[in-house]
Amino acid sequence: MIAQALVIAAGLFVIGVVGVLTRRNALVLFMCVELMLNAVNLTFVALSRLHGGTLGQAFVVFVMTVAAAEAAVGLAIVIAVFRHFGTVDLRNISLLRG
Amino acid sequence: MTGFEQFFFYLFGLIALASALLFVTRKSPVAAALWLVSTMFSLAALYILLDAQFVGAVQVLVYAGAIMVVFLFVVMLLNLGQADAATEFRANGTRIAGGFVGLALLAELLVVALGKLPPDLGLGVASPGTAVVNGDENVIAPVASALFTQHLVAFEVTSLLLLASVVGAVVLAKPRRDA
Repeated sequence: MIAQALVIAAGLFVIGVVGVLTRRNALVLFMCVELMLNAVNLTFVALSRLHGGTLGQAFVVFVMTVAAAEAAVGLAIVIAVFRHFGTVDLRNISLLRG
Repeated sequence: MTGFEQFFFYLFGLIALASALLFVTRKSPVAAALWLVSTMFSLAALYILLDAQFVGAVQVLVYAGAIMVVFLFVVMLLNLGQADAATEFRANGTRIAGGFVGLALLAELLVVALGKLPPDLGLGVASPGTAVVNGDENVIAPVASALFTQHLVAFEVTSLLLLASVVGAVVLAKPRRDA
């Protein structure tokens, strides 16, 4: 089951990457990043099962904490951007483009 | 791993991948968020099948419960319910390029991940790996002892991180008085 779990995790991670590359909505981009973090969590759990330890599971708890903090700050930034630009469409948020 | 568990592992794995695909292809952010919730639930089932019951429970509570509710709340707050393809997806050329980048990355990840596995754990073998606990032993105690002894400092630092993110989120989302 370890190899199958790694294949599923790779698929989920790639779907998240493709989402980040192809979507325009800042909010959906954040969800894609959450999907990528989840794929990494699945890899941690599968490999911790492979080695018979619990260190991977403990690390997943840390990843989830950081993901929750990231979601809170990220969504606050999305709300601030929406208040400033009136949209979350990434085409309109290009002040740093050269 | 018994055939019963194997069947459900493949079932939830397929549900997770299919929901993730539906998630990135939906136009409406609400539909996308709900498909992502489905992915999170299937991942929780996969964790439990991989003997990580605690992580599975936390996955349902934190991800499917808390984080996705906050996302849906922001979708409603910003009134993003009615979306069209022009504001949701990039141009066709970018999408095709993104698809090719994704395929290349997938091939790379599969080669690296499966190439490093020992041959007796390959795709064709339904190997159980090494069980963390046997029988009816407590499944949370090993995770807790790793968290609270070996990684106690990191665990305490995450509480500081959460405090900082809460303060940061309040400061960012607060209406500016001077503007």
